[in-house]
Amino acid sequence: MLGKEEIAKRIAKEVKDGYYVNLGIGIPTLVANYVRTDIAVEFQSENGVLGMGPFPFEGEEDADIINAGKQTITTLAGASFFDSALSFGMIRSQKVDLTILGAMEVAENGDIANWKIPGKMVKGMGGAMDLVASAENIIVAMMHVNKKGESKILKKCSLPLTGVGCVKKVVTELAVLEVTPKGFKLLERAPGVTVEHIIASTEATLIIEGNIPEMVID
Amino acid sequence: MINKKVNTVQEALQGVQDGMTIMLGGFGLCGIPENAIAELVIKETKELTCISNNAGVDDFGLGLLLQKRQIKKMISSYVGENAEFERQMLSGELDVELTPQGTLAEKCRAAQAGIPAFFTPAGYGTEVAEGKEVREFNGKMHIMELAYKADFAIVKAWKGDAAGNLIFKGTARNFNACMAGAAKITVAEVEELLPVGSLDPNEIHIPGIMVQRIFQGKTFEKRIEQRTVRQKQ
Repeated sequence: MLGKEEIAKRIAKEVKDGYYVNLGIGIPTLVANYVRTDIAVEFQSENGVLGMGPFPFEGEEDADIINAGKQTITTLAGASFFDSALSFGMIRSQKVDLTILGAMEVAENGDIANWKIPGKMVKGMGGAMDLVASAENIIVAMMHVNKKGESKILKKCSLPLTGVGCVKKVVTELAVLEVTPKGFKLLERAPGVTVEHIIASTEATLIIEGNIPEMVID
Repeated sequence: MINKKVNTVQEALQGVQDGMTIMLGGFGLCGIPENAIAELVIKETKELTCISNNAGVDDFGLGLLLQKRQIKKMISSYVGENAEFERQMLSGELDVELTPQGTLAEKCRAAQAGIPAFFTPAGYGTEVAEGKEVREFNGKMHIMELAYKADFAIVKAWKGDAAGNLIFKGTARNFNACMAGAAKITVAEVEELLPVGSLDPNEIHIPGIMVQRIFQGKTFEKRIEQRTVRQKQ
C-alpha cells in the first residue's frame, strides 16, 4: 500500500517534457518534488503564477508571492505573474497540459466529486470546476477507500459533482486506474497489493486483463 | 491629468451604503484591501453583498466583516479557511453563492469589459448549472454566466499615481486586476502613491480610467496564511 509521498512519486512519472502542469492542494502539491530534473516542466498556480519554484528559505517569505494553497513560494527564472481572468483563460483554452487534483469520489464514467458534503462540509469548489471542465488530461490522486473501508471508486458518485466525464486516470494507495468507456481498467497495482484486494476495495466496474504489473516507484 | 487622489480611506469610501454590492480584490489574504476593510468595520455598513474569491480568515480580511454580521450575502469560490463563515452558512444566517473561480474572475472581467454574459464549460452537469441556459459549442456543453453588477469595486495595488494608474506585485494581482473598472465606482488602495509621471507607462497593469478614487493605505499587515519555508542546507 502506498503512502501519500509514494502516490505523488508515481504520478510524477506522468509529467512529461514540455508540460505546463497545474497541481491541486494536498497530495498533488507533493508531485512537484518528484518530477525528473532533466525535463522542462512549468508549474502553474491558478492564483496567477507560471514557473513556480520551491518554498522560500526561512526569512525570505513574501506575502505577495503565494500558490493556490496560500503557501509562500518562490519563482524560477522565466516565471510570470498574471491576473485571475488570464489564469483561467489559459486553463479554459487548454494551454495547461496536465491537471492533477484530489477527489472525494470518482465514478467509472469519469465524473468527479471533490467540493461539498451536503450539510457537513462546504468549502467551495475553488478552481476545480474550471480545471476539470476544460483540461484534456486529468489525473486524480486520492485514497481508494474511506476511513470506514468503503470504496471511493464508484459506479456513480453520491456527492455533488465537480465535473462530468472528465477524469482520465486515478492513482490511489492501491492501484493505477484508467477511465475507459467500459469502466475502470486496472493498469498497475501497488507493491505487495493483490488484484483480489483491489477488487474487494472497488465498487465500480473493474476491467482486469492479463497480469497486472506492480507499480514502479522512484 | 485627471486627479483621482483622495487623502483618506474615509473619503475613498464615501457613498458606500447599507445593502450595496461590493467587489473586493485578493486571493486568500494576498492582495486584499486591508485599510478599506478596516474602515468598513468602523463605518458599520450592513447588509452587504460581497464578491470576493475568499472570505478571509476568522480575524482578518473579510472575516472581520463577518464577525460583525455586516455581510448578508457572500459570492466566493472557496471559503474553507474561515470557521465563522462555515458556521453562518450552515446555520442559514449567511446567504452564499459559491461560484467556480474562473467563472468568478470572468464575471468580473466581463463587467470590466462591458460584456453582459458569456458561456463557459465550468460547472456544466453540476448544481452550479441549475437554472442557467445551456448551449453546445464545438461539441461541448457550456453554461451561460452573467457579468456582475456591483456598486463599488475595492482593489489593492502595489504602486499607483494620482491619475489612478496601478501596478501590482507578484500574485497580489489576482482578482484586483479583474475588478478594477468592473463596478460603478472603483476605489484603489495602494502601498505607494507616487507623483504623476514617476510610473513608466509601459509598466502600468491597469490604466487610470478604470479607477475613480485612489489613496495610500496607512499600514499594511500583509498577513501570511500558510508560511511554508525550506531549510538552508
